[in-house]
Amino acid sequence: MDDALKAPSRRAFLKGSAAAVAGSVAAGAAVAAEPDPLITELQDWASSLGEGVDETPYGLPIKYEDDVVRRNVPWLTADPISSINFTPIHALDGTITPQGCAFERHHSGAIELSKPDYRLMINGLVDQELVFTYADLERFPRENHVYFCECAANTGMEWAGAQLNGVQFTHGMIHNMEYTGVSLRTLLNEAGLGAAGDLKDKWVYVEGADASSNGRSIPMEKALDDVLVAFKANGEALRKEHGYPVRLVVPGWEGNMWVKWLRRIEVTDMAVESREETSKYTDVLADGIARKWTWVMDAKSVITSPSPQSPITHGPGPMVISGLAWSGHGQITRVDVSKDGGMTWETARLGRQGDTKALTRFYLDTEWDGEEMLLQARAMDETGYVQPTKAQLREVRGENSIYHNNCIQTWHVKTNGEAENVEVS
Amino acid sequence: PALAEEKFGLGRPALPEEVAAWNKDVLPDGRGIPEGRGDVFTGEEVFAEQCAVCHGDFAEGVDNWPVLAGGFDTLGDKDPVKTVGSYWPHLSTVWDYVNRSMPFGAAQTLSPDDVYAITAYILYSNDLVDDDFELSHENFADFEMYNKDGFIIDDRAETEYTIWSGEPCMENCKDEVKITMRASVVDVTPEEADEGADG
Repeated sequence: MDDALKAPSRRAFLKGSAAAVAGSVAAGAAVAAEPDPLITELQDWASSLGEGVDETPYGLPIKYEDDVVRRNVPWLTADPISSINFTPIHALDGTITPQGCAFERHHSGAIELSKPDYRLMINGLVDQELVFTYADLERFPRENHVYFCECAANTGMEWAGAQLNGVQFTHGMIHNMEYTGVSLRTLLNEAGLGAAGDLKDKWVYVEGADASSNGRSIPMEKALDDVLVAFKANGEALRKEHGYPVRLVVPGWEGNMWVKWLRRIEVTDMAVESREETSKYTDVLADGIARKWTWVMDAKSVITSPSPQSPITHGPGPMVISGLAWSGHGQITRVDVSKDGGMTWETARLGRQGDTKALTRFYLDTEWDGEEMLLQARAMDETGYVQPTKAQLREVRGENSIYHNNCIQTWHVKTNGEAENVEVS
Repeated sequence: PALAEEKFGLGRPALPEEVAAWNKDVLPDGRGIPEGRGDVFTGEEVFAEQCAVCHGDFAEGVDNWPVLAGGFDTLGDKDPVKTVGSYWPHLSTVWDYVNRSMPFGAAQTLSPDDVYAITAYILYSNDLVDDDFELSHENFADFEMYNKDGFIIDDRAETEYTIWSGEPCMENCKDEVKITMRASVVDVTPEEADEGADG
């Protein structure tokens, strides 16, 4: 690899960790020269008292984890109301995203809508147009499923090159939660689809209660398949910013269609072709023609550690390469990891077999020899699809499609353990 | 899939007034558009008052706010300019989106005639109509947008999935690997807000 590319440390937050590497040259089987005072001296927490159980009715993470937070990139959007922030996936493990740091994407802000004020309407080509209260929804049979919600624009800033230096920013428009809700099929059945006639060419148009409305058209086949009208996530009510009290869950499909603060479901005989499926969430190809209705999120993976925000701080020796893989087409069946920019690959271990259309954790338990690495991960799903390189994607699509960038990501790990977002040949 | 589930008798019939209040969407064939009309001249005034602070007097956009006009024939360029004129396929979407979600911060405050007038002015700003043009529920469905044929339905199944599948290369997949681009060169990542580590 190119020695001239050993760029100087440029991030304040990495300086501390780089120093830690320098101070632990004898990593691995370390030998203690002096007794450790954290062991030999009585520590305050082993003698005095901690907090009582009445201290924190609803707790937040300990202060030492205060870097595990959502972050935004101000220059991405004109203002922070119709904007995006990013899940700190560099610091998380397993698959479930804590709701409090799960990314947000609003088009007119996170609105406050109480359960008593909530109404859901079903109208259009149904036998009986209906209005539900929140309490009505809780009386229908419920289902539980874990699914990822990935913004269509996740990794979108990386189309033309390596731009943002951190997996939180390049891949953090995603969260993965266990949802509880009612199947959309059940609600449509309650209104009755006899009036719709042949369901094959019918659609549902879904919109939110917020000013942006975020209306999207969903073909009836998907609506009757696995779409959920959800009111709980990870065991508790949805967070305000995630659509409290009710959102749509559209497994495997682009996050924009997961309409929050869901207020209306209309059965129609054609797609509405709303702003969010014409001006936005359409993908311009190299010749200027755009794809529309690119609903599914294809198989994708990324190494979350090491990564630019999660450098190697322990020196050479045993190490864990950890990451996430997911596919909108079903289950992840395999993840391969390369340390040399894709010349050779090793098959990683799945933390556990992932759910369909859900985040799957992978690990490669390996040894670091202290040399530079070009780390990559490559996901495969149950359809046999193999995650492509950025060059392969560009060959078909050009560089201006904005959405659906599921390319293989490369991290350049330097000898000091720092990692950088790069592109490789 | 057919529906063969039992009904639970939950919810209540929606009243016509309720459906009318929420069911505002306008379809590409013009269905859903309320009666009304507005001309370019009126639209210029309404636009100046309601829209120009963000979108500019000529719909050209202020700062980072969206550009609504221009950019024709740039969609295949390195940096396409995607506006109502150059990109949007249906007039219905313009009317529907302005009516439901604009102005930003005060949505659903425009009358149907205001929305007709604003839409007429946006078309004029894109040189798609003359300055004496009037848009109404009568001529609405006949209007064809510049990029109406610019979209294809998702074709990934044919153009991508068939290529990117099967057993991938595991060894000797390339002769050499070179770094071709680095995020540190662009240097646009927000700094961590941690003064302590700045030492």
